Amino acid sequence: MKPRTTEQWSALGFVTPSVLGLGLFTLFPVGAAVVMSFFAWPMLGTREFVGLENFRYLLGEDPDFLTALRNTFVFTGLYVPLNLLLALGLAFWINRSRWARLWRVLFFVPAITPMVANAVIWKLLFQAVGGEPNLLADGRTALLAVVAMSVWQGFGYNMIVFSAAVNEMSPSVLEAASLDGATGLRRLVSVQLPLISPALFFAATMTMINALQVFTQPYILTAGGPGNATETLVMNVYQAGFESRDLGLAAAGAWLLFAIILVVTAVQFLGQKRWVHYES
Amino acid sequence: MRASRVLSHTLLAAVALAFLYPLIFAVATALKPPGETFGSPTALVGSELRWRNFADVFDYVPFERYIGNGVLVSGVGTLVVLAASALSAYAFAALRWRGRDGLFLVFLATMMVPQEVLVVPMFLLMQAFGWVDSYQALIFPWAFTAFGAFLLRQFFKSVPGELREAARLDGAGELRIFLRVMLPLARPALGVLAVFSFIGYWNSFLWPLIMINDVNARGTVPLGLQLFFGQNGNQWHLVMAASVISVLPTLLLLVALQKHLVKGIATAGLAGR
Repeated sequence: MKPRTTEQWSALGFVTPSVLGLGLFTLFPVGAAVVMSFFAWPMLGTREFVGLENFRYLLGEDPDFLTALRNTFVFTGLYVPLNLLLALGLAFWINRSRWARLWRVLFFVPAITPMVANAVIWKLLFQAVGGEPNLLADGRTALLAVVAMSVWQGFGYNMIVFSAAVNEMSPSVLEAASLDGATGLRRLVSVQLPLISPALFFAATMTMINALQVFTQPYILTAGGPGNATETLVMNVYQAGFESRDLGLAAAGAWLLFAIILVVTAVQFLGQKRWVHYES
Repeated sequence: MRASRVLSHTLLAAVALAFLYPLIFAVATALKPPGETFGSPTALVGSELRWRNFADVFDYVPFERYIGNGVLVSGVGTLVVLAASALSAYAFAALRWRGRDGLFLVFLATMMVPQEVLVVPMFLLMQAFGWVDSYQALIFPWAFTAFGAFLLRQFFKSVPGELREAARLDGAGELRIFLRVMLPLARPALGVLAVFSFIGYWNSFLWPLIMINDVNARGTVPLGLQLFFGQNGNQWHLVMAASVISVLPTLLLLVALQKHLVKGIATAGLAGR
């Protein structure tokens, strides 16, 4: 059916603010970042086209980038499973409690308070609990300490997602399962988890995307140290751009991070057919 | 049966207490007299409860200014997010026009782009606008989100089309239908979007860190706290008082709006169905 002309014009009016905003503040910068990544682009001074030099430097010569890449993967590999397990376990646990609403809000508190404040509090806590050197100052444990603080801060969000999913499990399916004699662990693995698998998939995907972009926690807790034991990819981008003032290098690093996020997300979406069950 | 329930609740309370320990530690340290903060961490209470510490923070840095800046940036930013999102969501959900589905796909695609890719060119854009160290720079770059349009579109689509048809037959224009029919109905969804936008602006750190040099003039709460921590890191009682002050506004927001927040997160999480 052909749309009416007036409707076409009013639609244009309605979308114009968002289209202009997204164009100027998202599409344009994305394109500009591609261009910039091929330039030696100092914050002050003249820029020069250098082809793939920035990428070659990051992946070949930069003493920090590959370490930051490794740290980011280790962080993500620890943070995501710990976050999901804790959130899932507590969601099942609190949902049987009469005070489920209270617990939900309580465990959510650090997820809503400023990350900088949470990190500052934990930094002093690590110093107070002590040890010489303390966990943050020891290169072998610093990244683990950052993971611990991040899990504490972040799992409350997923717990609410899971808690809602557990609440919505279809009673008829659960009843049928119990008539079939499914109890305990078997009921959990073959009935309950598949029922909430869409929420699990959503949470796993979002949590992983966020984890790959970790910045504030290590920035406040360790400033990337000791040495570069806790330097992450976003810290590397920030330092390249706004401390070394090499914007081309920062753009190239950011694009590599984007590519990693896209690949990881694509793999998750391709893999979801094998374990995510959507109700038809 | 009852015994096991009591046990479960006791355990849960213990877990919750351990979980809240860092915040309890923060409040306790914030109330200790200077000089007693390095004592044994198990002694949570010092020789007096020194409420003055909170006032002292304001003598060191203009924390009231950070809070004011935060309210201004988060408040105006949230309004722009709501307006732009609702307008475009209405066009995507309720109107028929050429290019609609294609443009919506472009909107969705922009949600994939991480902030770090944008900040470097955005910094140059802000320089070109002359917006370095300005409120505008903190507000506008993040005010046009496809997420808001997506969320509200889902909501508008659930409104029966007959409602709009009836208004049209009464001679109402699209803008009038949008303002008088759709927006009032969408109040719960707008509320959820508003809370999340506000908190997002309020807690944002990376972008203000890049954009604001004069923290005491234009800094928001996370930036002010970071500056204060950098300058007075060894004064634990003051740092903790400042942290508690930073946490309080979001905590109040959570207590006041907990029902909406929990529902909003649950809705977003279950949207995959």
